Amino acid sequence: MFKSLKFRLAVTAVVSLVALYFLVPTFVAQIPSPLDRYFPKDKIHLGLDLQGGMHLILEVDADKALESLMERTAGDLKESLMENRIRFRNVEKAQGATISMELTEASGKTALEKILNEQFSDLEITSSAPREGGQLITLGVKNKRAADLKKLTVEHSVETIRNRVDQFGVAEPEIIPEGENRIMVQLPGIKDPERAKNLIGKTALLEFKLVDEENSLDEALRGNVPEGSVVAYGSREDRSSGQRGQVPYLLKNKTLLTGASLETAKVQISDRFGEPHVSMKFNSQGAADFDRITNENVRKRLAIVLDGVVHSAPVIQERISGGQAQITGNFTMDEARDLAIVLRAGALPAPVNILEERTVGPSLGSDSIRQGIMATLIGFFLVVVFMFIYYRLSGLVADSVLILNVIILLGILAGFKATLTLPGIAGIVLVIGMAVDANVLIFERIREELRLGKPPRAAIDAGYAKAFVTILDSNVTTLIAALFLFAFGTGPVKGFALTLSIGIVVSMFTAVFVTRIIFDYFIWNRSIQRISI
Amino acid sequence: MEFIKPGTHFDFVGKMKIAVGISAALIIISILSVLLHGGLNFGIDFAGGTIIQVKFSKAAPADAIRSAFAGINVGDAIIQEIGENEVIVRTNQPMTKELQAKVDQAMTGQFGAGQYEIRRIEFVGPKVGRDLTQKAVLAIVFAWIGMLIYIAWRFEFRYGLGAIIALIHDTIIVIGVLSLLNKEFTLVIVAALLTVIGYSINDTIVVFDRIRENRKKDLKRTLGDIINASVNETLSRTILTAFTVILVLLSLFFLGGPVIHDFAFALLVGLVIGTYSSIFIASPIVLAFENIQISKGKRKK
Repeated sequence: MFKSLKFRLAVTAVVSLVALYFLVPTFVAQIPSPLDRYFPKDKIHLGLDLQGGMHLILEVDADKALESLMERTAGDLKESLMENRIRFRNVEKAQGATISMELTEASGKTALEKILNEQFSDLEITSSAPREGGQLITLGVKNKRAADLKKLTVEHSVETIRNRVDQFGVAEPEIIPEGENRIMVQLPGIKDPERAKNLIGKTALLEFKLVDEENSLDEALRGNVPEGSVVAYGSREDRSSGQRGQVPYLLKNKTLLTGASLETAKVQISDRFGEPHVSMKFNSQGAADFDRITNENVRKRLAIVLDGVVHSAPVIQERISGGQAQITGNFTMDEARDLAIVLRAGALPAPVNILEERTVGPSLGSDSIRQGIMATLIGFFLVVVFMFIYYRLSGLVADSVLILNVIILLGILAGFKATLTLPGIAGIVLVIGMAVDANVLIFERIREELRLGKPPRAAIDAGYAKAFVTILDSNVTTLIAALFLFAFGTGPVKGFALTLSIGIVVSMFTAVFVTRIIFDYFIWNRSIQRISI
Repeated sequence: MEFIKPGTHFDFVGKMKIAVGISAALIIISILSVLLHGGLNFGIDFAGGTIIQVKFSKAAPADAIRSAFAGINVGDAIIQEIGENEVIVRTNQPMTKELQAKVDQAMTGQFGAGQYEIRRIEFVGPKVGRDLTQKAVLAIVFAWIGMLIYIAWRFEFRYGLGAIIALIHDTIIVIGVLSLLNKEFTLVIVAALLTVIGYSINDTIVVFDRIRENRKKDLKRTLGDIINASVNETLSRTILTAFTVILVLLSLFFLGGPVIHDFAFALLVGLVIGTYSSIFIASPIVLAFENIQISKGKRKK
């Protein structure tokens, strides 16, 4: 069956047409209306280095999430111990994600174990040492549970970032967890990378805390912070001088309400100065809590703290039952809009750090495309001319399948929705140089056979047969190198490995299978006597 | 047209000692260069740090840019001009909001607002740098091992060894040339090295294949003779293919833009070295192994 010229021609035609079919959207800007239903929609997908955009690798600081969990747990544990009348001193979060405590009675440890079993099954006693009739105890999170929590933290972070990016409005973003605690974020065509980084990286932990007005702020600033309180700062802009200064506050440690109780948040313009602020609406539980808190603390000051920074600390004039609150500050419109987005999308469960950033502006991307296309065309032209000069008409045969090779390669990229990067274009250029190798091998063999005095038909048969093993072996090894490059490479480099690999595999088809059809046609049907090689 | 006339018979095996001498010298120079430079000139992919590519709307002398960066305490900034009014600034500092603000401020102060465009920012933290280094080394070593296994399977183990030694030879010398010219060692260069490995082995295999074929034809011929004949018979192909690849690489080198420039350069160097090693190094090593085995066999008797 493979002998049949018609059959082989049909295979070639089908492969070429399928490749062209997938390339239609890439090369035809607007497919006319009734036809567009029959063609794929996707152009060849360009990497961020070609279309411009931002690539980030974030690291979720999951240990921090564990630590803040322990901080909250320490408070709950304290209450439990009191309820159960177990005598203790100093229950507090210690180094890392542990709680240290001192029990003052000998029986304390057994009682503590009981409480842990019943109420705090995630915790275990990691060490205990006797001290003055009691024990000094360190609590930690069980290993398996800690691993679960960290995994959950990363998943939750991915979800939150996805929400934020969706609301910010980026076309085709990619947000993918990587490894244990990393997240890859790709935002094509982003205009203001700084703003996008802020939006993604902000923890956005919103807390409502009472201002501690019983103790002296000055005393606290001198270093004597009273138990249960903490010093926090807010920024203030002097309206006349425009300078930003820091304002200290003494706040109660206890968080009364967090951003988790919000239902929504949106930007509003205040009537008086035309300044934007963010207005928040609590969910029903949050509204009830807010109602109770404001009722209990009339005339006191309630601080609104975002990521540890006090945004404002208004005096509660009266009980607020509507479930509404607002954050004011010297926001620009963009800042207010972004704050509303992060509040709606929710806080990140742990801080994230940017480990890697690659941002390419759109103008550089289009320059790269232009240069890439130029290099491809000139490289192609040089090889085509050289092959014709060296091998005459046979060179033309090799040239024609070279075009086919590039078309099929691009068709595969489009069909499988692979990404074309700048190194990927370099890969295509390299393929143009390397794909002719198969034909060089074959042609050199044919020349050798002809020199031995064989007739054209026999020379071609022998040439193809003998060269094929070599072509196979040499291409497999190149593929091995490209495979490792693909497995270990990142981003754009992967794109290079991809186009190189596809190109080499396709060259086995075009340079061996397709050229043979052309030669066989001339030998069989035209029974030529001399090969132009 | 023919570059290499048929019937060419150059005594490659006879020149083996000279070739080994040249290669040894090149390898020593490469290693010395790397040592004297205090290691490779790692780019931010491996060393960590930030690069910022800025294009100015009018001529911007490197000195003015340097002083602008010195003014904001980014004194370690290395400025590299990459084309018309375009520079790449590299610093070891991480890319933070503060750095961005300072850069904007300094550029606006020196050149005026709207006179420049930040076209590319790349920041790699030390953690990612370490990961990428590890991955790069693994990729290259695994590629070597992969080749060794494939060739040992398709040919014989000593052919695999010959090919691998040639590959390690190529890799070291390409790195050495980059080090001599103080070129930056980046991820893209690693990609180039792997491509050189793939290309060089390709060349070597073509020769090996011919050796295998010629051995079957005439079992009485000595291996040295066969190697010589095989290298000569494939020489025309070796040079032709190297030539077409050089054509496309030159096109990439001159037209592909700054990002591709060093990549194409490393490939060009690797192509020359790889072609040379396929002819002069890989096959003679196979022969050397055969001679060692023969002399061992004789001693046992």
